[in-house]
Amino acid sequence: MSIPAFGDSLTTYLIIAAMLFGIGFYGLVHRRTLIGMLIAGELILAGASINFMAFNRFLAPDPTVGQIFTLFIMGIAAAEAAIALSIIIAVYRNFRTIDAEDVAELKG
Amino acid sequence: MVPLFSAEGLSSLVFIFIVMTTVLGAVIATHSVRLIRAVTGLAICFIGVAGLYYYLNSPFVALMEMLIYVGAVCVTITFAVMLADPNPAGEVGKGSIFTGPLSFALGVLLFWGLSGLAGKTTWVPSPGRINDGSLEEVGRSLLTNYSMVFELISLVLLLAIIGALVLARQGRTRAGGES
Repeated sequence: MSIPAFGDSLTTYLIIAAMLFGIGFYGLVHRRTLIGMLIAGELILAGASINFMAFNRFLAPDPTVGQIFTLFIMGIAAAEAAIALSIIIAVYRNFRTIDAEDVAELKG
Repeated sequence: MVPLFSAEGLSSLVFIFIVMTTVLGAVIATHSVRLIRAVTGLAICFIGVAGLYYYLNSPFVALMEMLIYVGAVCVTITFAVMLADPNPAGEVGKGSIFTGPLSFALGVLLFWGLSGLAGKTTWVPSPGRINDGSLEEVGRSLLTNYSMVFELISLVLLLAIIGALVLARQGRTRAGGES
């Protein structure tokens, strides 16, 4: 019995990252609550991070750049999640809903 | 192709399991009706992504992924779901034409295009590497080449904390008003 060694090819990681990006984009368009959109955005950021790490592992002349970039993406994503969640909680206090289509003050 | 009952074969088997965990978690995160299940799916997906980072020769980034995403971001989103989720059911329903087959088609189109590009391009590896990408090298270049960005990101995090506090407080002062 034999099994293909998927973990050693760049294309595998790129396809996984594209799949996460596609699923995240689908969720971003498909979800109606703000928290669901935030979760889908985190998936998109994870796809981008996997791309950076894969290129860092297979192609980059300096294999620390991708790791540092991924660490920075993590920091930015944590800051973005904190800000977005506080905005969502403020919206919930004012509108009593987190549905993206019901948050409207003007009618029409 | 490597034989299944060897170190490389078992490692490939674990890799396939990790990939399945990632994709399954992502599908749960986007498809579950209740938001708390979506957060759980996000945590599962990030555990899988940490495994992928481990396979990409950087256990430090895998550890940080577990620590920051699974440990901090998912718990924060769980708090937000507990604080602001009025009706747990009824997430999907009325909506525009985008919330339906069109969004699925858009996602599939993006995945197909990106993976097709990744498969068709011939990637040229660099002739040599200037270091081995170990944790010591990461720390050294983080404090020499990228020290400016390192300081800037701490500033961004500080501003994010202050901004989150200010935003949440502003909502609180107007809480007693009209619904």
